[in-house]
Amino acid sequence: MKKKTITAAVLGLSLAFSLAACGSSSDSSSAAASESTGSEDTVYRTLEEIQESGTINIGVFSDKSPFGYVDENGEYAGYDVYFANRIGEDLGVEINYVSTEAANRIEYLQTGKVDIILANFTVTEERAQEVDFALPYMNVALGVISPDDAVITSLDEIGEDDEVIVISGTTAETYLTKNNPEIKLQKYDAYAQAKTAFENGNGVAWANDNTEVIAFANENEGYTVGIPSLGSADTIAPAVTQGNETLLNWLNDEITALGEENFFHTDYEETLLDTYGADYEDTLVVEGGVVSAE
Amino acid sequence: MQSLGIDVLFKGTNFVRLLGGLWVAVRISLISVAISIVLGLVVGVLMTSKNRVLKVIFRIYLEIVRIMPQMVLLFIVYFGTTRVFGWNLEAEVSAIFVFSFWGTAEMGDLVRGALISIPKIQYESAMALGMSNTQVYTQVILPQTIRRLIPLSINLITRMIKTTSLVMMIGIVEVLKVAQQIIEANRKASPNAAFGLFAVVFILYFLICWPISRLAVYLEKRWS
Repeated sequence: MKKKTITAAVLGLSLAFSLAACGSSSDSSSAAASESTGSEDTVYRTLEEIQESGTINIGVFSDKSPFGYVDENGEYAGYDVYFANRIGEDLGVEINYVSTEAANRIEYLQTGKVDIILANFTVTEERAQEVDFALPYMNVALGVISPDDAVITSLDEIGEDDEVIVISGTTAETYLTKNNPEIKLQKYDAYAQAKTAFENGNGVAWANDNTEVIAFANENEGYTVGIPSLGSADTIAPAVTQGNETLLNWLNDEITALGEENFFHTDYEETLLDTYGADYEDTLVVEGGVVSAE
Repeated sequence: MQSLGIDVLFKGTNFVRLLGGLWVAVRISLISVAISIVLGLVVGVLMTSKNRVLKVIFRIYLEIVRIMPQMVLLFIVYFGTTRVFGWNLEAEVSAIFVFSFWGTAEMGDLVRGALISIPKIQYESAMALGMSNTQVYTQVILPQTIRRLIPLSINLITRMIKTTSLVMMIGIVEVLKVAQQIIEANRKASPNAAFGLFAVVFILYFLICWPISRLAVYLEKRWS
């Protein structure tokens, strides 16, 4: 039995050694990474550092048509991406698109793994404490969609055992959890999963940004947006890591400057017109970062 | 076929992208499986040790892996290490680390179970024949253990392949994510594409997992 312990010890040593080898290799790679990004303590990259490196990392949705999606040739496209492409052009850098989910957008910024999030990010007070928002480029409120045969026009109509579908990390989830804790939520991580679940009738209704549900009702027979505007009207804006002032200021200047050429209206016409029609253009678009009082 | 939306697969480079996504999933899982099998054998042997400290350490390790959802582990490794240590691990490296960490624990436990199930008389007979401790393990115990391990580890390996769909949460675009992207990009033109595409993804996963399972049956027969 003594010999057995020795064998065990030898094996243990070899394991420890292999683990140590793993550890040291990741150490050296991280050292290389931090050297390349500069020696400051900040997690984010300043405007200058981004321009020097020649590449900007922008987090966008890859499965949220028509805002951020991947077309049949594997290229990113959509309202958010149209803006992102312009940012890359005006900064004079290449864009590295990172596919993000609603639930990990803040995490991406806080760890500096992306420079800008342009993933249909609704501005809220809670989020503003964690990341820095630039000027808005779109309006949004919450909407609730339900099947035609059981349209829900008020949250009171939702029964005790009924479940409402939401996507984790979205404004809809936060709003309902905070203001209507009695409503049972069915949470999904990815947009496509929530959509499939709703179509399969897993919940009585789906709460999401109103742009989403209006588009969904336009495209799919048999669904009605019973509650078109729930909660306060919010805006959608690009976000950067907290404290990244150089990049934030540049973005704000860029959005203001783009207002002069009516850039976001062009963006709407290029990417959103097919989905929402011309009626919603002025409702949805925020030009030059100025929200018009309606 | 039109109604199932299979046609969207042949638009542009969609099908190639889907296969590319499959390759990402397979690459991550196969590397992790290879690491898990090697380290799992070692950990499994150590788990049978009489040493209290070792036992406690591996018990804690196994429990952590069992309790923590893989998604939490992915977040900890990918985002957490950047926050705490400032390491900038690549998403794929993080994924392989997490899957190996998980696989090694589960594999270790399977090895431990298989080792314990080998009757004591096997050890004693081998010793009586004058074999050294290393010989006992390599010539007698391990071959029997591995045979018992095959059906159990196939279950683990296929589970690991299927769980790779979680890596989309750290920005890796694998097969399921590509499918969702294709479905979304075409949700106006072919609203039913979800059904067809998920069916294709199902077939792809099946095509990967089935040969592994056949190989296991073959090995079991051959070695028994």
